[in-house]
Formats: sequence, C-alpha cells, structure tokens
Amino acid sequence: MKQTGSEILCESLLKEGVEVIFGYPGGQVLPLYHTLTDYPKLRHILVRHEQGAVHAADAYARVTGKVGVCLATSGPGATNLVTGLANAYIDSIPMVAITGQVPMAMIGRDAFQEADITGITLPITKHNYLVTDVNDLARTIKEAFYIAGTGRPGPVLIDLPRDIQQAAAEFHYPSKVHLPGYKPTRAGNQLQVKKAVKLIGEASKPVIIAGHGVRISGAYKELRQLAETTNIPVITTLLGISSFPETHELSLGMLGMHGLACANMAVTDSDLIIAIGMRFDDRATGKISAFAPSAKVVHIDIDPAEVGKNVKVDVPIVGDVRTVLLELNKEIAPGDHSDWLSRINGWKKEYPSGVEIRESDTILPQYVIRKIWEKTQGQATIVTGVGQHQMFAALHYYYDKPNSFITSGGLGTMGFELPAAFGAQVGLPGEPVWCIAGDGSIQMTIQELGTIRQENAPVKIAILNNGFLGMVRQWQELFYDHNYSATPLWCPDFIKISDGYSIPARNVTCKAEVEAAIEQAAATDGPFILNFIIEPEENVYPMVPPGAGINNILHEPKKEAC
Amino acid sequence: MAAAKHTIVALVADRPGVLNRMASLFRRRGFNIDSIAVGHSETPHLSRMTIVAEGTTTQVEQIRKQVEKIIDVIRVQDITSQDIVTRELALIKVKATAENRSEIMQIVDIFRAKIVDVSAGSVMVEATGDEEKVDSLYNLLKPFGIMEMTRTGRIAMPRGDQVNRRTDVESEK
Repeated sequence: MKQTGSEILCESLLKEGVEVIFGYPGGQVLPLYHTLTDYPKLRHILVRHEQGAVHAADAYARVTGKVGVCLATSGPGATNLVTGLANAYIDSIPMVAITGQVPMAMIGRDAFQEADITGITLPITKHNYLVTDVNDLARTIKEAFYIAGTGRPGPVLIDLPRDIQQAAAEFHYPSKVHLPGYKPTRAGNQLQVKKAVKLIGEASKPVIIAGHGVRISGAYKELRQLAETTNIPVITTLLGISSFPETHELSLGMLGMHGLACANMAVTDSDLIIAIGMRFDDRATGKISAFAPSAKVVHIDIDPAEVGKNVKVDVPIVGDVRTVLLELNKEIAPGDHSDWLSRINGWKKEYPSGVEIRESDTILPQYVIRKIWEKTQGQATIVTGVGQHQMFAALHYYYDKPNSFITSGGLGTMGFELPAAFGAQVGLPGEPVWCIAGDGSIQMTIQELGTIRQENAPVKIAILNNGFLGMVRQWQELFYDHNYSATPLWCPDFIKISDGYSIPARNVTCKAEVEAAIEQAAATDGPFILNFIIEPEENVYPMVPPGAGINNILHEPKKEAC
Repeated sequence: MAAAKHTIVALVADRPGVLNRMASLFRRRGFNIDSIAVGHSETPHLSRMTIVAEGTTTQVEQIRKQVEKIIDVIRVQDITSQDIVTRELALIKVKATAENRSEIMQIVDIFRAKIVDVSAGSVMVEATGDEEKVDSLYNLLKPFGIMEMTRTGRIAMPRGDQVNRRTDVESEK
C-alpha cells in the first residue's frame, strides 16, 4: 500500500524511536501537520518561535543522548532555525531538523516563503538534504539519523517540498545505510594507545583536560577510573563541566578565559596533557604560543580533523572517547603524583577567586548560584544562556551529577537558556531543571515562557538581573575605558511578564530573601520565576584578558568597604 | 613552513551540490582555490575532482581532514609529493592576419598544440600540458594579440599502479 510523504516521514520517525518533535507550523508543512494528528505517539510541542524549537531539541538531545528533532516551515520558519543549527553544530549535538519547502515546481522562482535553506545551512550542518523524490524519503531519514547520531554528532537538515509530503510511495524503511564516504572510527589505534600509556607513565606533571566528548560518549566511569588509577588531576573545558565530579579531590574545575587559577597554572606548568574529547577552543587555550609550553599532548577525539587543528599533538588517538578509555584503562599503571598535586593545592589556596564569595550586603550573583547548589544538593540540571550569569553558573555550582550542565559553549548563543531549559525538562520529566538566565539573554527568547506554560513544564527560572549586558559591560570596564556603550539595558517588569504568562514569580531584592525564594521556587509545582536584583557591576573573576596566555590571570580585586 | 601549491584529488559522490560543499569548505576555512576541476570518474555515480590550493603542509593536511568529513566525499588525498602527471586544457583565441598566420602555426606546432578554428582575423589554439607549458605558449602568442583565453585548471593523477579509489565502493544504484 502506498503512503504519502508525510506518512512515510512519521512512520520513519517512529522507527527511529522519536518521541518528541519541537516545531511550528506553516504553509509549506501543512500536509505534514495534517498527518501528525494521526500519530499520537509523536508528541508535537508547539514553541513560540522556531529558534525555541531548535534550542529545545538541542538540550533534549544533550540530556537524553537521543537525536533531537525540530520542525519548521519553509522560508522564515527555516531561517529562524539557523542560529540554533549553528549552535548545535559547533557543540556537536545530534539533531535532525525538518523544514518544509515550496513545491518542486516553484523552487528557484523566489516563490512566497521560499529560501534556499540547504544552501544557507551548508556550513552549519553536518549534512543536509533536499528531498526531490518521495521514493528517496525513507532512505534519507534513515541516513539523516545515522549521520546525526554517530561519529562526532551534529545537526542534519532535511528540506521537504510540499508536493513531496503529498506524493505517494511504498514505505520501506531500510535496515542499513550505505554511505561510502562516511565511516567514523570508534576504536582507537592500539599502537597509539600503547604510546599514550608510555607517555603517561613517564610524566611527572600530567593533567587531564576533559571535554564535551566525555559526556557525549558517556565515559564518566572510565574517566574517573583513569584519573584515580593514575592520580592525575582533571580539568574540564566549559562543555566538559559535569564530566567529572567537581567535589572530587582530583578535580581542578574549568580552565581558560574564566577558568580557575589552579587549572590554568597546572596546564601551563604541565609536562603532559591528556586531552579527552576536547578541541582546544581559543577560550580554553588563550594565546596558543603561551599554552602549556613544555607539555607533550595526548589527544583523544573521534574527529580526526580536530587532531592538530589548534595545538601540536604528540600522540593522537582517533576514536570514541569511552571505547578508547576502556582500552587505555586496561593498560594503564597506577601512578603517584603527590608532589605535583600538593603544588596545585598550593595554587588553590593562593588564588581563591572564582571559588570564594566575598562578604556583601547586596545580592551577589555568585551567592545566588551557590545557594541554588545548596538547595538542590547538586542534583539539578543547570541550563544557562550566555554571558556573566553563564560563567557564574559554571564556577559556583558544583557539578557532581554527570551531564548536568547545559550551556551554549562554542557559539555563545544568548537566548539559549529558556528554550533549552524547557527542552531539557522534556527530556528529564520529574527531575529538577534550573534555568540560570541573564536579564539580557532571557529577553532574546522570552516568548518561550508561553511554551513552558502551555506544557506546564516545572522549569525553575532564576534571572540574574543587573540591568546590564553584563559580560560586554565587564569588557568595556576592563578594556574599553569604562565606556558603557549600549550595555545598560532597560528591563521589563519580569513579574508582570510572568503574570501575563500565568507563571508564578517573585522579585528578590535583598540577600536575606535569597534562600527562602529558592526554596519557594523548588517547592512549587510547575514553573517558577525568580528575579534576583543583583549587584549591578559585579565582574566574573578570575579572568584572562583576551589574547593573553591562560597563566596571565586577573584575580578578583579586593573591594574597599564603601 | 612555507606555503606552496598543493594538488588535492578527491573522489566524490555525483550528487547535486557536492562542488558547492567542497568550494564552500575551502572558502570558510580561509583557503584560496587556484583551480578546481571536476568530471566523471571510472565508476558510475562517482566524480573525481582535482583542486589546487596554496598553503603550508600543516594547513593543507587540516583542510584535507575537513574535506574528508563531507559526507559525499569518499576519499581525498594530497598527491603533491607523489610522482604525478598533471594536465590542463586551454583554448586561446589569437588575432591573426594572412601575414602572420604561418608564424603562429609554427609556434603552435613547436608546442604540439592544435589550431582548431580559423577565421579571417583570428585563430583558436587548443593546448594541453602542464600549466608551465600553457603559460609559455600564451606568452609567445601574446604579441600577436590574445582575444580570449579559457583554461580548465589542473587535473592530476599519480603515475604507476596507485589509484585514488575505494575498492569497497560499488557504484551506487
């Protein structure tokens, strides 16, 4: 029996185990939306903007490990996905985005709501397709999910002209894919593993830098075993946060521009870096020529193109992080680096900025984050936007629970937090999800409060409200002569906004209320918004000035009592 | 390390947009393409591309790895350091008069090129060879007045039994 393209798409999504689609309807996906109601197992969630759909699918994928799915119409619907696709691409998130397209006969004629979305998304998707024959549709979907979810994950876009949604074909879902140009390596080269074992055995000041790859491959146990057996300290990248328990004695926290001094000093002074599923982003390395000048580098990554891209690598091991660590752990010998560790502990004591929170009568953002950590006992999934609040959340919550920090790392997308927190909550029903938002960042996608309300998602939203675009203001203060050009930000009354969306909320204006407010939010069924009026010109410390080496650290200045 | 011209050959699926994917990748990674030539290969539904780009060995290795990530690219190699045959085809339209036509034909003969069209005021020369040969011919013809020239860019293949092919690749349906 022949089925329509829309039916084939829905059947294929079921075959791929898809449970949730984040989407927004429009003219060129009407056939598909008409069919969707026949497939109640495919839960469609209506967002308020396509960017909300793509960020929600992104975070859903991050917390579940499944391929996130989003759906938009042609033209403006499709182009509204662009930021989210770029975000998913740079952070290696498995995702399939489906877009409607004008009918085949209209393509190339600048038809109403036509955009060349495969052309537009070429550099920001792992792969993309324009389906021109309904007989290719099932195979295309199979390939798309396979490409999105294997190797180094990434977003794949399928552009589906309206007449292809309506055309009919026999449904046959292929059991295998045939992609001669795509064969990701999983197992590491044995010889390289042996070389790594030797280097690790010889090193006296080694460090592990754990990145997002540890989380993507689910290698928490394996990483911990490696660190504990060899007694080597673990530093994470921003996206590596929550790949290793941060209250562990071997944890040094995050490195890089806002990394902890002990992490940055340890990397700079190290003689061996074991880089695991990380890509030496410039925010992590600082000035490359000053980065770990005397260290050898073992680099484990599934993407061969990452090896040697930014730093010279002595032992590359291309493969899935977990698979490689399992092999490595079989051969690794116990190590003792107590001298090295005590030196690092000296740095920890010497440079407490980013860890200690100073006394203040006003509400400090660090204090809010620390209290959320205490109240949630470190068991919440924290989702952030981009800016100062993101760095405060990275530094002052202690992530012991695997995969519990969701943030826009590579692209730095403001407005990520609200839809992403919602997507994470959909992936983690019944679990605590906290959205740490900036007053600037949240206003970029604040309409997703509507989605949260409609779905009654119990996301707890903490706005760190300083009335500034805080991170930009910080740079202006430190590097642009205090010239606050376009960074003071008028904010709406967030309580009235919340009221408009029927979401309970409260302002928190004094320090004494902070704990009670967090408790109230946590105890409330459904969503809750806390608007913390924080110290307006608080800075994120430590900080490495842009373009400097990561050992060139600005510490929190001692504030005079005023 | 000094930047040099590299010859990269790639076997790619013969699908719409593959050339665009390739060219776009070079562009966004900051590589200038000197020439790119593409045509059918010995296998149905697979094309072979030759790309000439300038960069250091490290840079070219990085771009090669990035190219290899394109799903439609089956295999890619930098064959610069191998013993290779490179060719390009040029068509050169030269101003010619009854007086100097035979002189032009002599030059064309020396280069084992061909005259493929003649009119009252011009001749069209077809030349194949490596870029240097085509350049030399061009320079010698220049004084007569070049009206138009078009070149294919380099295509290349390693000498001997070595092939840029995946034996496990069957022709796609």
